[in-house]
Amino acid sequence: MTAKLMKGNTALGEAAIQAGCRYFFGYPITPQTELPEYLAKRLPETGGVFLQAESEIAAINMVYGAAAAGGRVMTSSSSPGISLKQEGISYIAAAELPCVIANVMRCGPGLGGIQPAQSDYFQATKGGGHGDYRLIVLAPDSVQEIYDLTLTAFQLAHDYRNPVMLLGDGLLGQMMEPVRTYQPTETMPTDSPAWATTGCEGRKKRIVNTLYLDPPKLEEHNCRLQEKYATINDREQRAEAYRAEDASVILVAFGMAARIAKEAVDMARSKGIKAGLIRPITLWPFPQRILQQHLDTAKALLTVEMNTGQMLEDVKLSVNGEVPVHFYGRSGGMLPSSQAILEKIVQLWEVQPNG
Amino acid sequence: MVNKITRPVSLTEKPFHYCPGCTHGIIHRLVGEAIDSLDIRERTIGVASVGCSVLTYEYFNTDMQQAAHGRAPAVATGIKRVLPDRIVFTYQGDGDLAAIGTAEIIHAAARGENITVIFINNANFGMTGGQMAPTTLPGQITTTSPAGRNTDTAGYPIRIPEMLATLTGPAYLSRVSVHSPGQVKKAARSIEKAFAYQLAGKGFSLVEVLSTCPTNWKLKPEKALDWLKQNMLPYYPLGEFMDIGEEVL
Repeated sequence: MTAKLMKGNTALGEAAIQAGCRYFFGYPITPQTELPEYLAKRLPETGGVFLQAESEIAAINMVYGAAAAGGRVMTSSSSPGISLKQEGISYIAAAELPCVIANVMRCGPGLGGIQPAQSDYFQATKGGGHGDYRLIVLAPDSVQEIYDLTLTAFQLAHDYRNPVMLLGDGLLGQMMEPVRTYQPTETMPTDSPAWATTGCEGRKKRIVNTLYLDPPKLEEHNCRLQEKYATINDREQRAEAYRAEDASVILVAFGMAARIAKEAVDMARSKGIKAGLIRPITLWPFPQRILQQHLDTAKALLTVEMNTGQMLEDVKLSVNGEVPVHFYGRSGGMLPSSQAILEKIVQLWEVQPNG
Repeated sequence: MVNKITRPVSLTEKPFHYCPGCTHGIIHRLVGEAIDSLDIRERTIGVASVGCSVLTYEYFNTDMQQAAHGRAPAVATGIKRVLPDRIVFTYQGDGDLAAIGTAEIIHAAARGENITVIFINNANFGMTGGQMAPTTLPGQITTTSPAGRNTDTAGYPIRIPEMLATLTGPAYLSRVSVHSPGQVKKAARSIEKAFAYQLAGKGFSLVEVLSTCPTNWKLKPEKALDWLKQNMLPYYPLGEFMDIGEEVL
């Protein structure tokens, strides 16, 4: 099949349709608005429902209701809007409902700006809302991968009955690249799941609930959630290793920052510097095992992010002191340049040449 | 003698947890009877709010979802859009619906969302211990208006059905009370009508039910009924504020 030129946000919307998503509830915010605009047209064509809610808070609670009713459902927003959705996300995680949440990040804190950033890493991977819960967080670095990972996101949400966040940034959402569109190889069942609240005809009533007034029962619920998260952590770590086999200086970067870091790795390699990149594709679970597999040759790690150092903490935890970890980041909507990253690589290489 | 009064099938056997004299129990029964009467139990999905009524998911013998404070109309919207042929209702208190959930109720009504809202007004936040609610009356003493609600600083109570009646979306808006047997009968008819409108696909319906809170009002149950009658009725007139007038029952 020939590739089509698509905008990141549009590719996300089309992949959602192909994944069987039929319900979208959202609220406009830059730089993700092309996604709801696309679905406003596409979903009715497929017999689905597009609804523009009165707020992000209402939108995520519509997602909660729709997911519990057995609908394959999605919402999208950008950073300040995702902050508003956190209440609902905590409930959805607690009620173990499948849904996909796209966060096309802009810079913050506060209203911040509308330029791309990666400063919602903590919020996405560490909870964001109240309580002990996890989202599965996927970080594409191209428009094709936005498409691919959107299909994966719906599958993972279904498999684990857990909200999945697609975490990109404004640049990825707005850029256009060729995309090969296709249907997922595994198609999820379309009939109503055995836990959905659809009306109790011919069976006992069902309850979708997140309240446990009895502390031992709530602890039991939390322990069960943690067991699920442990399984996800065990099975779903994903990362791309780029020229990392023999690398002395290993960069760790995700999304758009990884695209720029790859260019810096190539520039370093052309100078004879053994640089490589590990690009986490799952930010939670963090691909700790994959990173550790590449530490034998590493003398220094350099984490590159479009924030002031958030994934850095997970990299340090994964490395656990075995290798020094350095950081380079830009924030406020500024992008790291490959030249600036190269300069950091050269500094680290000169300190630790060939071990 | 044959006892003709039986528990509605749409209520479970679980005993209510409500305080003595609280009228939640009566209202639950009226909702259960309406669902029985329309024979829609097996196709109904209820949404419980936050507050005293959070445990309604235990009491209604229908599929139930529990929502965050104020968000029940949004949750109900999500359910209804996935399952348009099911009957979806929310059961919300005044703290839930008229304070934190104001945006959700206004917009569900404005969309003409084909759901039914049972709105319990007892003029305070009951579950958290009797704080001032948007529906607390001028001069009414609560734990956060210890000198009585001062309208200069705390503003005036909100009349929800009257406010929603300015919109084009709703099909049916009413206020009823359960302080006397006669009023209970009228409330029963109004609640059934609200569900019937949804069943007929006519759009958004809401019934506000004036309710007592003897514990937080610090009154004996019978005195609480009197207090409702004397103080709430003048501010919250009973009646139908919007009715598209179609014969659905």
